[in-house]
Amino acid sequence: MTYGYAGSILVVDLSKDKITEMSIDEEILRIYLGGRGLGAYVLLKELGASWENIDPLGPENLLLVLTGPLVGYYPGIKVVITGKSPQSNGVIGSTLSSEIGLELRSAGYDGIVVKGRSKDPVYIYVENDSVEIRSAEKYWGMTGRKLYETLSRELLNEAIRKSKGSAVRETPMIYIGPAGENLVRTASVMSKWFHAAGYGGYGAVMGSKNLKAIAVRGKGPLPRVYDPVKVRTLTRLIQKELSSKFSLRYWGTGHGGYSVGYRFSSEPIRNWQEEWHDNREISIVNFERRIWKRRFWGDFGCPVTCMKVSVVKKCGSVYVTDAPDYELQAYMGTNLGIFKAEDIAYLSAIVDDFGLCGIQTGNLLGFVAELYEKGILTEEDLGFSVRWGDTEAFKRLIEMIVRREGIGDILAEGTFRAALRISSMKSMNVLDYAVQVKGIAVGAHGVRSGLDYQQFSYAASVQGGDHTSAPSEPFDRGEVFATFADSAVICLFTVSKKYMWDFTRAVTGFEITQESWTKYSARAILSIQRVLLLLGGPDIYWDPRVHDDIPKRFYEPLPSGPKKGEAASRDTVRKTLIEYYKFLGWDELGLPTDETLEALGLRKLLEPLVKKIRKRLES
Amino acid sequence: MVKWIFVDYERCSGCRICEIECSYVHEGKVWREVSRIRILEYIPGVVVPIVCFQCSERYCLKSCPQDAIYLDSDEITHVNSEKCTGCGVCVSACPAHIPIMHPEKNYALICDLCGGEPACVRICLDLGYNALRVVETDDINRNLYLRDVLDVAEELREALYGNSGEKS
Ligand code: SF4
Ligand code: SF4
Ligand code: SF4
Repeated sequence: MTYGYAGSILVVDLSKDKITEMSIDEEILRIYLGGRGLGAYVLLKELGASWENIDPLGPENLLLVLTGPLVGYYPGIKVVITGKSPQSNGVIGSTLSSEIGLELRSAGYDGIVVKGRSKDPVYIYVENDSVEIRSAEKYWGMTGRKLYETLSRELLNEAIRKSKGSAVRETPMIYIGPAGENLVRTASVMSKWFHAAGYGGYGAVMGSKNLKAIAVRGKGPLPRVYDPVKVRTLTRLIQKELSSKFSLRYWGTGHGGYSVGYRFSSEPIRNWQEEWHDNREISIVNFERRIWKRRFWGDFGCPVTCMKVSVVKKCGSVYVTDAPDYELQAYMGTNLGIFKAEDIAYLSAIVDDFGLCGIQTGNLLGFVAELYEKGILTEEDLGFSVRWGDTEAFKRLIEMIVRREGIGDILAEGTFRAALRISSMKSMNVLDYAVQVKGIAVGAHGVRSGLDYQQFSYAASVQGGDHTSAPSEPFDRGEVFATFADSAVICLFTVSKKYMWDFTRAVTGFEITQESWTKYSARAILSIQRVLLLLGGPDIYWDPRVHDDIPKRFYEPLPSGPKKGEAASRDTVRKTLIEYYKFLGWDELGLPTDETLEALGLRKLLEPLVKKIRKRLES
Repeated sequence: MVKWIFVDYERCSGCRICEIECSYVHEGKVWREVSRIRILEYIPGVVVPIVCFQCSERYCLKSCPQDAIYLDSDEITHVNSEKCTGCGVCVSACPAHIPIMHPEKNYALICDLCGGEPACVRICLDLGYNALRVVETDDINRNLYLRDVLDVAEELREALYGNSGEKS
């Protein structure tokens, strides 16, 4: 038996109503661990040969929910959601906080692969060996809040009934809101109202499968580990290290709304027209005093508890969200010209409830507002004016996107695809205003000031604008490290540089080190992701010579703040990117060389695909 | 004097590390299902620790048809797993439905205060949440905490989100 693993992955075929299991060879686990890495490998094996023909929103796509060997043991809990992304047409390892990771492993599974498409709305219920595809007819159309009043309550009652009436824990679930149901490409897979796997657009993939939710109850212990005593000792040390952190614990990432702008000049303001501000309205103190109802809130096993529960009342209704964190303070706030805590929390609560990705959606809304400001999109196109800071206008746009009403139908395609459509609608190029990379909106960290992300980072990432997977120099950090965190499946905020590798060895017994990871596993994972990304299709293909670049906006000089005048330079982006590719064993187009494929043992699987890409690039 | 665990609901972060501790101390594994303390996240943000209050009525003990529940010299509740048949009578007898069935073996589980040094309380304090405390008092007011967890959860939800927590 392999230590740290349950040893089986559940395969649910919604077209055939069939439930099977598959196991993964230890040799594969040793390299890819789980989560993002394993997901990329499974997708390559299952769909690689016809990748470019697979519609991410068609029944052929797979939806993977994967844990990793550290899930449940290492402090903090995550699962990875992946598949062919309807945003990038590649593979995004999208992380989500949810106790279903723990429950899955306690039920005897390392993950779930969902195939096909159900005729009618369903949800999957797993309780150890018993796996059911249940009707979700009555839950279809429900927002996250509603779903907790209904499905979650019914599952709790079921659990109480099955345990002879004992007061028991809830049955965790992941789900989609109306956005995913309506195949909005910026839809997230959600959990617990505010947790989202946003990057990748897998909410729409779930929706395309008519799958509303997955709920899991596991009754067994976590899988056995290699060195239980060591795991226990290290857990203690890591808990101690993490619980003494001040900033994340007391403020979450929410202190960034002010400081990322003021201190680092790298916060999106009005669709990235600016990145610096000194607006204290968005101060963490205002969030803390005015809207936080709970300071410490965490998921299973987390001694950091960076989340805070926020409540805002508006027009007699109650809106709830977490902090919001920095990303949403920026994307539901500054990027829309909104600096007021209540308004930011209000919009965050709305996107959360609909199951939209706050980052992708905030990026999209900023893009629309700039087009309105420039007179490219008019009141006639939109139905109303969309001015910076007009919270209600943005709310109306969000509703139109979720329902695909009016212009919302175009916007529901995400920033990049919407930009293409609007360009042809207006017979002009509006792509320059789209602050995205390879279909993925850029996270709320700018590159121009030189104080935050590096210039080449988004250009070189296999996950486009995903700020959690941004390459950086020295190259063994950034994206290379993210492949580890997302494959072992740990939260980026509970990383302990000191103990994490020891911990991984103690759980799995694998001889894994930071060096071995960088040299082998990270390269393998990134090579697979890169090749599938460049295969792309069927609606959009990326050309590395054009699309391995940062948004045009980042080449414009910053207009304000201490870093006024700074801009990214094409030479720097290009030069660093090529060095990074070389570091990974790729050529200047970012394709793995023959030697690299050989060394990674991926020749058989990847070589034909690389050839296909080269051929397309030559023609 | 009786030892019991006081739960300061509003302080609980939902980290569930107490569950890890309890299952580890009793079974040597990370195993939520056998933890004698349970955390119910009723709706997101509303977390309710569930653990025996060592009530003075001992409804569970009195109800057990097998006499499987007994008190030790420190008046701490225990389940004799040899005698217990897993019938579940104690679950209905306890107004808070605290006893829970072992998922693999046929007997009930009730908090035994770890023999007097509760592991869950210690970790909760170590982590700085301090939602659990060991109290040593005969105060029978502890019996008043014995309420259906769903009622407690509803109250906590109202305190946190107001109204029904639902958007009108
Ligand atoms: S350890 Fe304390 S804060 Fe954490 S879940 Fe248990 S009672 Fe709550
Ligand atoms: S299980 Fe319930 S009835 Fe029994 S001692 Fe504890 S609180 Fe009292
Ligand atoms: S005192 Fe001990 S037995 Fe009781 S719930 Fe806490 S850890 Fe478990």
